[in-house]
Amino acid sequence: MADAKVIPFDDDRSRGGAGGAGGAAQRPSRRRGAGNRRNGAGGAAMGDVQPLPGRASGGDDAPVPRASGASRESREPRAGHDGGDLASGAAPGAESGSGHGAGGLEQRVASGLAFLRRRLTGDYAVDDFGYDEELTDQVLMSLLRPVYEKYFRVEVKGVENIPSEGGALIVANHSGTLPLDGLMMQVAVHDNHPADRHLRLLAADLVFMLPVVNELARKLGHTLACAEDAARLLEQGELVGVMPEGFKGLGKPFADRYKLQRFGRGGFVSTALRARTPIIPCSIVGAEEIYPMIGNARTVARLLGFPYFPLTPTFPWLGPLGAVPLPTKWTIQFGEPIHTESYPPEAADDPMLMFNLTDQVREQIQHTLYKLLVQRRSVFF
Amino acid sequence: MGKVVLVTGVARPLGGRFVRRIQRDPDVDRVVGVDAVRPAHHLGGADFVQTDIQQPTIARVLAESGADTVVHLDVTGTPLGGGSSRTALKETNVIGTMQLLGACQKSPTVKRLVVKSSTNVYGSAPRDPAVFTETTPPKSLPSGGFAKDAVEVEGYVRGFARRRPDVAVCVLRFANILGPAADSPLAAYFSLPVLPTVLGYDPRLQFVHEDDVIDVLRLASYEPRRSTLNSGTFNIAGDGVLLLSQCSRRLGRPTVPLLLPAVTWAGSLVRTLGMSDFSPEQVRLLTHGRVVSTDQMRETLGFTAKYTTAETFTDFVRSRGPGLLPPKALAGAVDRIAALPLPGTGSGHPPKQSAN
Repeated sequence: MADAKVIPFDDDRSRGGAGGAGGAAQRPSRRRGAGNRRNGAGGAAMGDVQPLPGRASGGDDAPVPRASGASRESREPRAGHDGGDLASGAAPGAESGSGHGAGGLEQRVASGLAFLRRRLTGDYAVDDFGYDEELTDQVLMSLLRPVYEKYFRVEVKGVENIPSEGGALIVANHSGTLPLDGLMMQVAVHDNHPADRHLRLLAADLVFMLPVVNELARKLGHTLACAEDAARLLEQGELVGVMPEGFKGLGKPFADRYKLQRFGRGGFVSTALRARTPIIPCSIVGAEEIYPMIGNARTVARLLGFPYFPLTPTFPWLGPLGAVPLPTKWTIQFGEPIHTESYPPEAADDPMLMFNLTDQVREQIQHTLYKLLVQRRSVFF
Repeated sequence: MGKVVLVTGVARPLGGRFVRRIQRDPDVDRVVGVDAVRPAHHLGGADFVQTDIQQPTIARVLAESGADTVVHLDVTGTPLGGGSSRTALKETNVIGTMQLLGACQKSPTVKRLVVKSSTNVYGSAPRDPAVFTETTPPKSLPSGGFAKDAVEVEGYVRGFARRRPDVAVCVLRFANILGPAADSPLAAYFSLPVLPTVLGYDPRLQFVHEDDVIDVLRLASYEPRRSTLNSGTFNIAGDGVLLLSQCSRRLGRPTVPLLLPAVTWAGSLVRTLGMSDFSPEQVRLLTHGRVVSTDQMRETLGFTAKYTTAETFTDFVRSRGPGLLPPKALAGAVDRIAALPLPGTGSGHPPKQSAN
């Protein structure tokens, strides 16, 4: 796997025989990539990709070790507790917890019943955005956690860059056809941050038009990606997550993976400047490969009112089975915060500064992506 | 010299309560109540003039009374007594407001105008920000019904404020008014034995208590207190938010989730049959919900609602009969399960059954 150290752009060829699903998934994309290159655009892309390994191997990415050990241990009891609540409250039977002795079981059954009682009588609180903290912590996170821990085996780095209190804007890259990266980032912050912070994501308007999805999104604390909502959340001292690439990043073809798209119009920078909160760049590696999008059925997309309709090697050919994401190995790295307190209040109206800061954030995320890609041994491990 | 207050829409419970309340204020000399129909409730000694505000006679009433404060409460979404139709209601809301404003414009005595509006003017759409402030432009203007009336009424009031800059104009945008005597479409909805909801949506709702409505109307009708300003447009709502699912659980009324097209169709059917004004905005409110910011109300107007949204709803629930699934019974059932002895490993069973 020596050549896997290069950006996985050209290495599909070498890994073509690596194994079942992966190989099959990547073969068609190579053809597409080659086509691009012939069109001329690919040459430039290759040019700015290749020199990076040298730069990245400089070795300033040492502070990785904060990996699993300590944080995992601190997380374990909570996970167990939540699991118990879910088991007794939501259905699958509390027998599963019987191994822990009668005392613990009794306690968990009691707390599960108390939870059930509150839910059935409507005696719980949601905030102005519809965020249901109790439901998120006790049920929805417990549902996402297996995907996070077992399926994508997310490794989190640099969680200490997120402040323990006060507002902050986390800016991340967006990919993967379905916005699973946002959800995983939310679990990453929730489970790893020592101050138990909750990430409030900004989502596209499509999310709030779809039935069921909008209900869950609101309960998970997401809200519409607009300046008003972002400013309000930051003022309340919340941790806000935004993916400025939007659908351009989410629905980009597999050949363009790990190439950041335009960062909207930089509205997130002016919002952070107005609220005087730090911007934390966040790079997510692994989400790009979960659904290798090799085509886009534009007609179907237009009919359904979606921005794109992905065609992957398995979807829609295998039906619902094809919608299962590939089990890639993920890394989420939170970068050094970019502080905005030093700028004067009127800086938010300075377009030049806004463009510069937007570029700075974008560059930092892109560089971290390249670094992480070089460190990655393989897509799946 | 005391104040003379002219109040429209006094035949409704809210107008009647407001008239009775301001009678007791020492500054107020005389209250003149106006409505097209004679109120069923007493007005506590206020003068009642039976006139339709759509008629030019309102100008004479205003001139004769010499009122310095006009409180316009006759902007409502429900027909009085269920008699008149939607078109008649729109006439009263819009044409009545135009006549009243015309009369105010000619009156030299009027110094203050208070208009009851509604947060319906913001509409309700998935592309709207989660919290509306007074300056948020609505993404989708209401297409009809009471919300459109309110938008038009506010437009005429703004025009009046431009033409008579010497009159202090206060527009109060109330969230859904609830309370023991509420007669809004939402109160009618919550009185249904089974609540139809839109499948896959759980709207956020905000309520304001009737008592708070009366208090804020009084605050807006008098001279502003120190360091506050009571002219302008203000959102009025209780603190906090309730989801529709929470409301149904607290009411103890089960919900029936229906697909959005089915709800729209059923709504138009009910409307055609004249059973209730289950309007398209009502459906939109129960789909996407609406939350407004009350910062201006607290900071500029200097008003703090006594009831939060949840307390308002509790008070409303108390005034209605118990539903099919009273929360107390459910809580009792869970408590009984919790009180069961835990016979070893078999203890996991009861919660399982109750959850199903």
